[in-house]
Amino acid sequence: MKSNIWTIIKKEFARFFGDKQLIFTAVIMPGLLIYLIYSLMGTGINNMIADSENQQITLQVENMPESMSTMLLAHNVPPMCKVELGPFSDNDIKKLNDKELNLLLIRFPSDFDQQVEDYNSLQSEAIPNIEIYYNSANMASNIVYDRLHDEIMSFERGYQINESEAAEPTKQYDVADESIGSMIWSKILPMLILMMLFSGVMAIAPSAIAGEKERGTIATLLVTPMKRNELAIGKIVSLSCIALLSGISSFIGIALSLPNMISAEDANLGFDYTFNDYIALMFIIFSSVLIMASAVSLLSALAKDVKNAGTMITPFMLVVMLCGLMPLMQDGASESITTYCIPFYNSIQAMTAVFAHNLNWGFVAITLAANIVFASVAVWGLTKMFNSEKVMFSK
Amino acid sequence: MEEILHAEGLCKTFTLSRKQQKIERTTAKRKTAVDHLTFSAYRGEIFGLLGPNGAGKTTTLRMLSTLIRPDEGDAILDGCSVVNQPSEVRGKIGFLTSELKLEDFFTPNYLFDFFSRLHGVEEATIRERKERMFCRFGIDKFAEVKVANLSTGMKQKLSLVISLVHDPEIIIFDEPTNGLDVLTARTVTDYLQELRSEGKTIILSTHIFSLVERLCDRVGIIIDGRMTVCGTLNEVCGGIPLEDRFFNIYKELKGGEA
Repeated sequence: MKSNIWTIIKKEFARFFGDKQLIFTAVIMPGLLIYLIYSLMGTGINNMIADSENQQITLQVENMPESMSTMLLAHNVPPMCKVELGPFSDNDIKKLNDKELNLLLIRFPSDFDQQVEDYNSLQSEAIPNIEIYYNSANMASNIVYDRLHDEIMSFERGYQINESEAAEPTKQYDVADESIGSMIWSKILPMLILMMLFSGVMAIAPSAIAGEKERGTIATLLVTPMKRNELAIGKIVSLSCIALLSGISSFIGIALSLPNMISAEDANLGFDYTFNDYIALMFIIFSSVLIMASAVSLLSALAKDVKNAGTMITPFMLVVMLCGLMPLMQDGASESITTYCIPFYNSIQAMTAVFAHNLNWGFVAITLAANIVFASVAVWGLTKMFNSEKVMFSK
Repeated sequence: MEEILHAEGLCKTFTLSRKQQKIERTTAKRKTAVDHLTFSAYRGEIFGLLGPNGAGKTTTLRMLSTLIRPDEGDAILDGCSVVNQPSEVRGKIGFLTSELKLEDFFTPNYLFDFFSRLHGVEEATIRERKERMFCRFGIDKFAEVKVANLSTGMKQKLSLVISLVHDPEIIIFDEPTNGLDVLTARTVTDYLQELRSEGKTIILSTHIFSLVERLCDRVGIIIDGRMTVCGTLNEVCGGIPLEDRFFNIYKELKGGEA
């Protein structure tokens, strides 16, 4: 049995590695395209930022409070910003609205510090209000707005923390780079990895199964004494390995384009994962590829030809994409065991946990077990299909 | 004579699509392709299944080769049942039909090794057999040429060679000379006679009378999925040419429609 599976795997490898065009399409192109697109995007964004930093923008602050002046003006205003203190009129707001002036207007209440003090000591329920007028269509205006907004939010957070942590006044509110970085990675990378692996499977699986049906070569295999489950295992394992290569290529593309995507000062975005994290990721990725290859193989076997396989796989791909988007809508990985029993969704959740520096080996083990069970069911299903004359020979 | 193949009451029906129903001008949802077919073949003979297009010859051969399962009945090939031991049956037969294709991407050399391994043939035997067969059919000069670049005749010869990589006792060929030029067709028919002289049993389906007369020891005529007559060539023909005998049987059954 082993030898037949190995013979099928070797044949699939020979088919793939002997075809330069296929290697280019499935392995080299994804990584190369991702690298080029991301690098171009990064260069474009950096150029836009650099251009906007050359623009002059006037920051007009009305009623600048004592408490905010150092924070706002000392080191957080970009160099292209010219700060003017003093009142502004509705006419200035109209000019900003009409895009006549490159302006950013901030109006504090005249007794801002007092209002903050009253609100903080529960003497007043009125929340101090700051008015900011800016032009969202202008990059320079946006950059200055983002920085000021962050500072004001940080100022506000500081008050809330002080209030709730009054008993421990020395305790600091630490927003470490690692938390922000890992939060970003945990939301984006699982989806990216899943999509890359899926595109790898898509590049080869329909041709390897539906294509063989279409060309009539699967029938030649079916008249050999090889057992149908050997053919199913051989196909799924070989397709998984090749898809993994495609995924690795995409991953390298991302890794190489990363420095171009994020500017040097932001480069250390908490991508400091441990050996254990990488091992867990490897297990999750391997098992994910296995179930993807299994599922796509099942659909390809059902399809009449490669074109039909593409049509059948598209809705399935949308579901997988939806699973990939889940981390964006939730706060951290799920803690429910059931979640880790659902194929695809479990991989996304397990990867989210790893990237959020929240590795749980129990959940990784459940994910692995669930994926292996699913792949085994798929092998059984594919075996049934290879045995079914209706599926294999219907036109 | 040793019986090596016995088919007993083989039946196969197919569901007709609406399109097929229109083409066949019928309202019946199922069509009987093979209707309780019974026959035997003996070791060392060439048995011909003769019949018009759509008579059920190919369906019968596909059931014998375990590609499809009979709805009823069974066939025992060299002691193994097509219903209960399909994998064992596949190890004992060589099956050649235009339906079975070889991957264009690979070379004859690679494909011979690949299919030999799937049949569990020893490496030394693979080498020796490949050299002999490739030389016999003139494939040796094209051993490293991709199938896509081979001529139709060479592809057919390669398909024949691939179907025999494991030196099977029973060889099932569906219309083996269809679409071949006279030279290639002759090579194939000569080889079938060679195989018979080696003691192999050959079941072939065809609608070419001259081929049956030249090659077959025994013949079965199938019309509408039923075996109408089966026996040695002399028994079936009864002293008249096979073609005339066939049309007589056909007229008897179908009342003159051709």
